[in-house]
Parts: sequence; structure tokens; C-alpha cells
Amino acid sequence: MEFLTDIALLLDSTIRTATPLVLAGLAGLVAERSGIVDIGLEGKMLAAAFAAAAAAAVTGNPWAGMLAGVLASMFLALIHGYVSIAQRGNQIVSGMAINIAVAGLAPTLANFWFHQGGQTPLLGDDARFSAIVLPFAQSAESVPIVGTIYAEILSGHNFITYLTVAVIPLVAWMLYRTSFGLRLRAVGENPEAVDTAGISVTKLRYQAVLIGGMLCGLSGVVLSTGMGAGFIRDMSAGKGYLALAAMIFGRWKPVPTLLACLLFGFVDALQGRLQGEDLPLVGEIPVQFTIMLPYVLTVLILAIFAGRMDAPKASGIPYEKDH
Amino acid sequence: MAGANKKLPLWAEAGLLPALNLLAAFIVSGLVIWGLGEDPFVALSLMIDGAFGFQEAIGYTFYYATNFVFTGLAVSVAYHAGLFNIGGEGQAMIGGLGLTLAVFLVGGDAPLLAILLGIVGAAVFGGAWAFIPAWLQAKRGSHIVITTIMFNFIASALLAYLLVGPLQRPGGQMPESADFPEGVGLSHAHDLFAAIGFSFEESPLNVSALIALACAFAVWFMLNRTRFGYELRVVGKNHSAARFAGIPVARMMIIAMMISGALAGMMGLNEILGEQLRLIGNFTLGYGFVGIAVAFMGRNHPVGIILASILFGALYQGGAELAFEMPNITRDLIVMIQGLVILFAGAMEHLFRDPIEHLFMRLRRKEAV
Repeated sequence: MEFLTDIALLLDSTIRTATPLVLAGLAGLVAERSGIVDIGLEGKMLAAAFAAAAAAAVTGNPWAGMLAGVLASMFLALIHGYVSIAQRGNQIVSGMAINIAVAGLAPTLANFWFHQGGQTPLLGDDARFSAIVLPFAQSAESVPIVGTIYAEILSGHNFITYLTVAVIPLVAWMLYRTSFGLRLRAVGENPEAVDTAGISVTKLRYQAVLIGGMLCGLSGVVLSTGMGAGFIRDMSAGKGYLALAAMIFGRWKPVPTLLACLLFGFVDALQGRLQGEDLPLVGEIPVQFTIMLPYVLTVLILAIFAGRMDAPKASGIPYEKDH
Repeated sequence: MAGANKKLPLWAEAGLLPALNLLAAFIVSGLVIWGLGEDPFVALSLMIDGAFGFQEAIGYTFYYATNFVFTGLAVSVAYHAGLFNIGGEGQAMIGGLGLTLAVFLVGGDAPLLAILLGIVGAAVFGGAWAFIPAWLQAKRGSHIVITTIMFNFIASALLAYLLVGPLQRPGGQMPESADFPEGVGLSHAHDLFAAIGFSFEESPLNVSALIALACAFAVWFMLNRTRFGYELRVVGKNHSAARFAGIPVARMMIIAMMISGALAGMMGLNEILGEQLRLIGNFTLGYGFVGIAVAFMGRNHPVGIILASILFGALYQGGAELAFEMPNITRDLIVMIQGLVILFAGAMEHLFRDPIEHLFMRLRRKEAV
């Protein structure tokens, strides 16, 4: 029975840790399907995490935090879009620049406004998205297996996690079932054709980048106001890059990307569980090695599956009309 | 395209454009500083004075610049081969590890040998850390940007483990190794100056600065005066052309990345063998990332990289003085300014290039008339 509880706890924290990865992964996916490589997910996530925590700390309202976080991320997305689309700049350099600038700016502002050494104040339960207990979860707990799954694994997450569950099919529907999605995918494969058809490449790419900014903003919001209770320095800890790797592993498709994010979430959850645990045969694994796990896994996955990449053909290439 | 007409004279290409990009980054930074309730012009003068105002400051500026020459050259060599090496940070950490291991292996009985092997160790370990992402990119097509970033995280965790475990100073509490044996270290500039009769205020500036200059020359020579360098640049420009010319593309990519990693790894010469004389966790402090900015700002040319390194060295040293003088400004702000410089100098070069090219075209037309 204890083993089952362990598994349930592990799956529960898999869902929790996968949430920001899924949101950021989908953000990267939408941008890249339109032809804009977005290595700046990390910085946007961090900016949103900071903005959300700061706004929630000042107003005491998580929704204000969400708004601020999403807006901050969309603002950065707009800069990245301007550099990539209008300026025809190097998209990887732009993304890295955003990551570095935010890593400096966020703690600077936090220090200036809150004087807590680059953090925001601890958020009370009212100021963050705390756990939502699904209906009947308590009474369902006594039902074996189904009840446990419902009460332990599915219930008790924050609002944004449940929102993410709704966002996944929405993004898939948008990409594959709407004419906007068709155009968006086309502009990432063959912008000349889209341009010839009289549709604006520029406008489509800006729209994609902004949708990505919104989704990535939510991923930052959940970090500081859902999973955590405030902003701390470098709290994105490479999650933006992991999400990007998950998207590549998911071959730029929503459902495989979701599965890849869940895998990363699982490894991260496992990583947390393994800390200080005495394992059979190997004994206690030093914490630094368990921390490495998601990163090593990413490299392994890219090494094994990278051969069959189907990246959008025009991704990373600025579109010049006068060719 | 208007081809030859669009070409800018060298002074505009190498002087005016970088200056305008830098100015734009400084204007935005100035606005942020103003938003923090400080006077941007006072901040600027504090920074310039803090970077160049006195001998010690100049020593520190060139000390930091030395780090950036190594990491900037690293980014640039990979870039000439068409690869984006964002792993300078991790390669520098592992390079520092290689240096430290070599020094402790030789010990204090033969200090000169320890120093020499330490230098080799830094380059070899840094190059080896770049090998895996390079091999994966060349043979498996794994996105090198992501793998090198992952290798940064892995290197950081590995170093953290070693420095609180097997390599930790016996009885110590901090994540750092034992001190290097007596006499194992690179000479400081002020000692060298004193030896020839000049007095120069004490600073961490050391012999690595000369090694960095030698590396810059070697990179220039390799890229522009050797067959290998030519082939490397062909690989960077056009894979299929390189393949048709019989250049082993995958092998060239791997070698370029290993040279890049070795250069990044040699950053440890300055920090570890030049100043700290022990291995410290996270001694790289983002210098590897700044290498990206330095390489782009310096237009991927060794001379440009040296100049850009001095600029960033000044930014670091001046920024440290600024953080000391102005209560609302922390070292984090300097990181932001670096990000903005990367943005404007690396990704937004068309912002000023296009209008200036137009301007030159119009001027030329007038001359022709």
C-alpha cells in the first residue's frame, strides 16, 4: 500500500512540475511553427514569474499577478518578434539576449521595490493560486484505485494546472482545425507561398509570437504564484530550455510535446523523491547528481531521436519580401 | 541587391555601427537607471572613472577583459564553422577543473611543470567538454544550442558535487578546493612591472592577459592564413559546397567545437591560475555567456574581440564600482546591460545598418553626379 501511495505522490508531482513545461513547450511550438525560433522562453518565463509575484505581492490578488505576468511575457515576445521579423536579426542571439537581460533586470527590480535581496515577499495563500480540491475528492478517497487516482493525483492542483489541461486541446484545435492555424503552419514551412496568396507573413508571425508570449507568461505565473509563493532569483532554472527540448523531442506537434513534457516532469519529480533516499545497490545518490537528471535526459533524448527531425522548414530564417 | 554599392567603408562597418549599437543599449540602460531613481549621467561617469580612472581600476578592467577574450574567441571560432556554442560557461568550468587536477597531480615540487600542465589541462578538459555536443550535432543532428546549454547545467552540478565532496579543501566548509601549492600560479602584472623598475598599483591582472593575446593572434592566423582555417570557414558558410570540395564536414565541425571549448576552458588560467589559486564553484560568473556578446560586438574578428573585451571589462569593473557607489544599483543591473548590448549589437544590427547604408549610397550617388 505504501508503494502505491508513493507512486500516487510521484504522479501527482509529475503533473505539478510538468505544468510550466507544457505551457512553455506549447509557446515555443506555436512560435516555431510560424518560423520564429524562440530560445527566449527561459527569459520570458522568468520575467513573468517576477511580474506575477510582484503584482500579487502588491495587490494581494493572484489574478492581477497573472495579468502582469502574461503582459510582461508578451512584451518581451513583441521585442523578440520585432527583432526577428522586422529587423531580420539572428533569432538565437535575440533570445539569449532576452534571457540574459531578464536574469539581470528581474532581481534588480525586486531589490529596488522590495529590498529583500532580489526576491519578492512571500505570498500568502490569498495572493496565490493555491490547491483546488475537486468536488467529492475527500469522500472518493476511500474508493480503492479510482478514488485514489481522483483524490491523490487529479485533485489538489492549482488553477493554472487545470487551465493548462484546457489549453492543450485548444492549441491543437487552433493549429489543425482553423484556417488561422493552417496559415500559421504554412508560414513556417513556406512563407513565399503564403505571401503569394496575399496573406501577410509579418502579421501572422507577430500573432504567433504573441500567442507564444501569452502561453509562456502563464508558465512563469504558475512558477511564482502556483507552485511557489513568490519570486526567487533564477527560479526558471533552465525550464525554458527543457521545454524547448521537449518540443523538439515532440517533433513540433502538440500531443507528443505534451508527452515529452510529462516525461520531463516525471524525471523532475523522481529527482525530488530520490534526494536523500537510500537506494538498493547504489546507496544514496548525491543531490548534485539527481539535479543533473533532467539535463542528462534531455541530451540523451536529443541524441537518440534527433536524427529524424522535422523542424518547420523556414524556422529561424528571416523572411525578406524582395527576394 | 545593390551589391557593391551597399558596402560600407571599414571605419563605418567596424567603428560607427558598433558605436551606434552600443549607444542604443546604453540609452535603454540609462532609462532603467533613471527609473531606479539614479542619475544616468552620474552613473556613466562613475563607471568610466571606476574602469579607467586609476591604475588599480585599469588593472581590474584588463583582468576582466582577459576572461572575455578567451570566451569571445571561443564563441567566434565555433561561429566561423557555423556552430552556435552557448556552452562556454560549462566548458570554462570543466577547463578550470582540468587545470586544478593537473596542478594537484604534479604538486608543488615542480611548480613550472604544474603551471604548464595546468594550462594544457584547462584546454584539454574544456575541449573535451565541447566534444560531446559537437559530436552529437555533427553525427546525429542534435541541436547544439540546447545540448551545450544542458552541458552548462551538468558541468555546474558536477563541479558543485566535486567541491563539496572529493575535491573540497580538507576540513573546509565552502565549495572550494585546497589552495594550490606554493609557487604554482601566474605572475601578476604589478610584480612584473616592479621587476623592470615601474611601479603599478596592485591588481589581479596577470600573465594570462598575454596568453589571451597570443590566442587571439593564433586564432587570426589559423582562420586567415591556413588551409585548415579556410576549410573551417567554408564549412560554416555552406555545408554542401564544403562536401563537394572534399572537406570532411562532420570532422571539421567537431574540431572547431573542440578548439572553441579549449579556448573557453583556458578562461580558468586567468581566474584560477592567475588570481584565486584554488578551484571555486561557479567561478565562471556568466563570463561564458558574455563571450557571445563579445564575439558579435567584435564582428567575429580577433582584433574586434579584443576591443569588445576591453569594453566589457570596463563594464564589469566600472559596474562593480557603480554598484558600490549607488545604493539602488546592484551587479545584477550590469548583467541586464550586457543583455541589452547583446540584443542591440548581436541581433539588431540592421536597425542602424540599413539607414546608414542608404545614407552612404546617396552620398556616393551625389559624388558620381
